[in-house]
Amino acid sequence: MSSLRRRLFLILMAATGLIWLCAVAWISFGSRNELEHVLDTRLQEAARMVHSLVMTGERLEGAEKPALAGTLPPLSGGYERQLSCQIWSFDGRLLARSSGAPDAALADESEGFSDREVGGDTWRVYTIVDPEKDVRVVVGDRIGLRDKLVRDLVAGLAAPALLAMPLLGLLIWWSLGRGLRPLNRAAEEIAAREGEDMRPVPPDGAPSEIQPLITALNGLFAKVEAARANERDVTAFAAHELRTPLAGLKTQAQVALAAGETQMRENALRQIIASVDRTSRLVRQLLALARLDAGTAGRGAEMELGALIRDIADTVPHPPGVVTVVDPDLAHSRRLIERDTLSLVLRNLQENAVQNMTDGMIHWRLEGADRLVIEDEGPGIPAEELSLVRQRFYRGRKAAGSGSGLGLAIAEAALARIGARLAMDNRTERSGLRAVVELGLDPK
Amino acid sequence: MRILLVEDDPVLADGLRAGLTLAGLTVDAVTSCADAQAALAGSRFDAVVLDLMLPDGLGLDVLAALRARQDATPVILLTALDETPDRIRGLDAGADDYLGKPFDLDELAARLRALVRRGSGRASPLLTHGGLALDPAMLSVTLDSSPVGVSRREFAVLSMLMERPGVIRSKGELEERLYGWQEEVESNTVEVYVHNLRAKLGREVIETVRGLGYRLRVPA
Repeated sequence: MSSLRRRLFLILMAATGLIWLCAVAWISFGSRNELEHVLDTRLQEAARMVHSLVMTGERLEGAEKPALAGTLPPLSGGYERQLSCQIWSFDGRLLARSSGAPDAALADESEGFSDREVGGDTWRVYTIVDPEKDVRVVVGDRIGLRDKLVRDLVAGLAAPALLAMPLLGLLIWWSLGRGLRPLNRAAEEIAAREGEDMRPVPPDGAPSEIQPLITALNGLFAKVEAARANERDVTAFAAHELRTPLAGLKTQAQVALAAGETQMRENALRQIIASVDRTSRLVRQLLALARLDAGTAGRGAEMELGALIRDIADTVPHPPGVVTVVDPDLAHSRRLIERDTLSLVLRNLQENAVQNMTDGMIHWRLEGADRLVIEDEGPGIPAEELSLVRQRFYRGRKAAGSGSGLGLAIAEAALARIGARLAMDNRTERSGLRAVVELGLDPK
Repeated sequence: MRILLVEDDPVLADGLRAGLTLAGLTVDAVTSCADAQAALAGSRFDAVVLDLMLPDGLGLDVLAALRARQDATPVILLTALDETPDRIRGLDAGADDYLGKPFDLDELAARLRALVRRGSGRASPLLTHGGLALDPAMLSVTLDSSPVGVSRREFAVLSMLMERPGVIRSKGELEERLYGWQEEVESNTVEVYVHNLRAKLGREVIETVRGLGYRLRVPA
């Protein structure tokens, strides 16, 4: 599991480390430059001092060679005998040198600063050439010593920093824990919930960074809650739709038992049969809807639309005055589609059309390549109810009694699954309903 | 007792009309909120059997309108939604009783009898007057403890008179109780039933108040 805390910790530590490294590099580079400058100036000054002390080449001749040794006070901390001084005559004799200075010439004849390799050490030297006094004054120090100086300086700075690093790490780790506490609190609150609890997480108090997450979560909760409310509604309606015919059946059965007259008993029994037929259709439709909601789609097979519709038109019971016309074009239309689902939809549409008519014509035809149209000559649907008819259990106010209000809801759910869409409108040229099944879309 | 039945399911409505008629009730049936409102505004009923979900609205709206008119007619709700909150909502809206579908026809009839009895302030389920006892549940009449056979319509006339002994019931009131809207009212039938009842129970039981109607004779 990737921990946000660990991730932030590593990033912060790496960033801090990098900044420190940069600071160390900068300090060492800067102090080296400064040191070079200071030490070079010191070389120059020392050379001038020695030069001013020298009278002439002759007067120095034979003088005590370590005469200058005392001019340099001993330094502590390994930096003693930093400077070495040599005085040369123009003819190449070493007139004098400081103690610890090498015998070999520290510089050639050029004046000013130069770097030289003498006896395994690299020397930084400053030379004053004075033809008048017939001397060359050479003052130098070892580069190695300069490096050591810089190293010690940087080490002195870096040591406390290195010591502070674990302390800083600890502090960052603790601060991260504190900083991430609101996140943990939100997580704990959600984790502590019951499965049924779909209340929104209170966004107040949460830091702005996790607000989008909480908003998204609340949005999801709302969606789940809405889906469940819809499920509850459908269940409640289904219960109503089943319990009413059951109540009718029971009542009629009790009437049949109690009835003294044959006619009354026969009427009750006939009502029972009609009710059982209607209830079984309702149960079939509820099961169809449940299957569609569960979303188990089968494989499609090629079939002829015309034959399917003809088959449906022949099997759906209809009053003798209602004629179904299937356009011959449909006979040539073959499609790869899931037969059972399409058949369920088309049957619903045909039943719907038949239910609203006592006589007249139902016309099935193909419009363009993909639009299957059914038109009836019934009363149509009042404009204000058009948007409602596809809701589950919606029955029109003037609807004839036997519908369950499920047909169109089933049709719509089924069509979405096989990549089709249902559009309904009233016919404009005469009364009647026109339903269009648009095939060939992407299945859901 | 005359009952208004408000139920849109044709099979259930037909069964209830037949069944409640068998139980000695006179049933008028309507199938929508609008028809129910019209019926309640136009006639008096002893009780209303009201379905909650109707094609043009909720039965609770009909109930609310009824109670808003200060009409205390007992109402029993019939519904498939019989979770406790639904029951509470129905009773709080002014219903007197609540039956979840599917229900027992005899239970509905018994509850209706109980509602009407409670409405009239009687404690006993039996209607008694002198040596005459009338059992609405069994549709039976006894005179001095011996059973007397009466027809359904004769029973209805007698029970209406016995609900308020001494109070005059007009012929029109009795006819309204005897016949629902669907039935053709035959002339002189009330006289025929009263004649039959006098023959079975004794002449002095029912008194004719000339020009006004009939009443049960109160022993002096």
